[in-house]
Amino acid sequence: MIEIEDVTKIYEGTAVVDRVTLTIQPHTICAVVGTSGSGKTTLVRMINKLVEPSSGAIRIDGVDIAGIPAFQLRRRIGYAIQGLGLFPHRTVGQNIATVPKLLGWNRGRIRDRVEELLDLFGLDPEEFRDRMPHELSGGQQQRVGVARALAAGPNILLMDEPFGALDPLIRAKAQEDLLTIQRRFGTTIMLVTHDMNEAIHLGDTIAVMDKGRLLQAAPPRTIIADPATPFVAELIGTAERPFRLLSLARVSDHAEPGQATGEPIDADRSLRDAYAELLWSGRAAAPVRRNGDIVGRISLDQLARLAARPR
Amino acid sequence: MKVGSIFRLLALVLLIALLLRPETFAGLFALFAGPRQPPIYNQGSLLELTLNHLAIVGAAILASTLVAVGLGVLVTRPIGAEFLPLSRALAQVGQTFPPVAVLAIAVPVLGFGTAPTFVALFLYGLLPIFENTLAGLTNLPPKVTDAAKGMGMTGWQRLLSVDLPLALPVILAGVRLSTVISLGTATIGSTVAARTLGEVIIAGLLSANTAFVLQGGLIVGLLAVLIHDGFSALERLVLARNGQAGAAAG
Ligand SMILES: Nc1ncnc2c1ncn2[C@@H]1O[C@H](COP(=O)(O)OP(=O)(O)O)[C@@H](O)[C@H]1O
Ligand SMILES: [Mg+2]
Repeated sequence: MIEIEDVTKIYEGTAVVDRVTLTIQPHTICAVVGTSGSGKTTLVRMINKLVEPSSGAIRIDGVDIAGIPAFQLRRRIGYAIQGLGLFPHRTVGQNIATVPKLLGWNRGRIRDRVEELLDLFGLDPEEFRDRMPHELSGGQQQRVGVARALAAGPNILLMDEPFGALDPLIRAKAQEDLLTIQRRFGTTIMLVTHDMNEAIHLGDTIAVMDKGRLLQAAPPRTIIADPATPFVAELIGTAERPFRLLSLARVSDHAEPGQATGEPIDADRSLRDAYAELLWSGRAAAPVRRNGDIVGRISLDQLARLAARPR
Repeated sequence: MKVGSIFRLLALVLLIALLLRPETFAGLFALFAGPRQPPIYNQGSLLELTLNHLAIVGAAILASTLVAVGLGVLVTRPIGAEFLPLSRALAQVGQTFPPVAVLAIAVPVLGFGTAPTFVALFLYGLLPIFENTLAGLTNLPPKVTDAAKGMGMTGWQRLLSVDLPLALPVILAGVRLSTVISLGTATIGSTVAARTLGEVIIAGLLSANTAFVLQGGLIVGLLAVLIHDGFSALERLVLARNGQAGAAAG
């Protein structure tokens, strides 16, 4: 658990993070969104002491980090930044091994861990372990960056626009990978992004920042349905609200009994995908398929109900 | 590249021949010697002088490198930051002082011979290496240093495993510059009786024998070209290994 309590950071007389209080529950993802310059990066960097707060306290699992030496704290916290953070003069394997090495793991354990992580991220260890970062594609570099951040099995992972430099397809894949890994390891993640879709897709909680202040921190559904300020509503995009709401739930959660014709929709797709499919194929309903079996149907009527503002 | 390699190979062959079999070139150098003058330097072994020359330059550059890189590292750490202007000024003074003046001052203290020459070359070598060390250590890719910090490397760990390796090509360029300058400057050491290739040139000047002057100058020139090339190749190697090959060299 990360507890940020009344934290302020002042640069040259300006509070770039202004009395922020935020608690991030264990094993959840908190997506920090806001316009550029709103203090997202500064807030995240205070958690691993790359920035010292001007006032306020930050606790990790109840322990105030002020009393923990910075280098020790950082070895316990994964840190992944947008692109180019890899050590260019070290191989992929050496990059991933950085923190385990700092922690004094023995060589066998480090080798096993590097192999495990490369496998996990779909990079063949034989092929990639000894490559240099500049020999990788952008998407591969990004995966190595996240693998490196996770190498020592940290409970907490800080990510500052980790997918910012990726093109949309690779980005979507990277997001899915992150969700898979987060579920597998139960990592608590604080993820900075300026992409609202990404925040809604990944965040259990969304924290909206503006001019150093935390305007609202709540589950996506609440942020969409009940924005705390006009700014938050604007950030979500008023015209996007129903669709964002649909994108939060999966077809499997709302399939109803009944028949429908045409191409079935997979149960693990989002309601938004289902809506798009129905509109596009001109159908009022479609069968829902799970593991090859038809388990019910999903209809436009129902989607329209689900897309309406919750009350 | 092809033409360059051939030229380099020729320079190396020429240098070796000149040092091991100088008599071979007697006919050529006779064109520049007076009628009664020996065409080939005859007051000592060219090979021995060359090795001595290289030894003095090598030792001085090694010392300059240790001190300049050490200073460069120190003033780019938080504790040394306030010494940055001072150390820069000192190194600059070392550079603007004419080598002859350094010799003149050093001789009364250190006596004639190798010692004052070593001191002059040492001082001379400092600035380029120091400046390049600063450039290398202050222009590191910020994302990379940020990541190194964020992963919990201590200051020393960052310096040794990230900062210095990434600054190495730029530092090497400084060492290359200093070495090439020192190869020429070392000849002046012979005015205070250091055993360098300057002896050949001075002997030529004293006896008005242009052949000697040319021989001394030619050997120094060939050494400079070859050593310059050697360093450049090393820099390219490190750049490629660091994955910085795309980044501007130097
Ligand atoms: N080291 C610093 N010194 C002075 N101002 C800074 C520093 N770091 C960030 N800032 C300022 O703080 C504000 C917030 O920056 P940042 O946290 O990077 O915002 P974001 O990540 O949301 O774009 C910006 O106005 C930025 O210029
Ligand atoms: Mg930022």
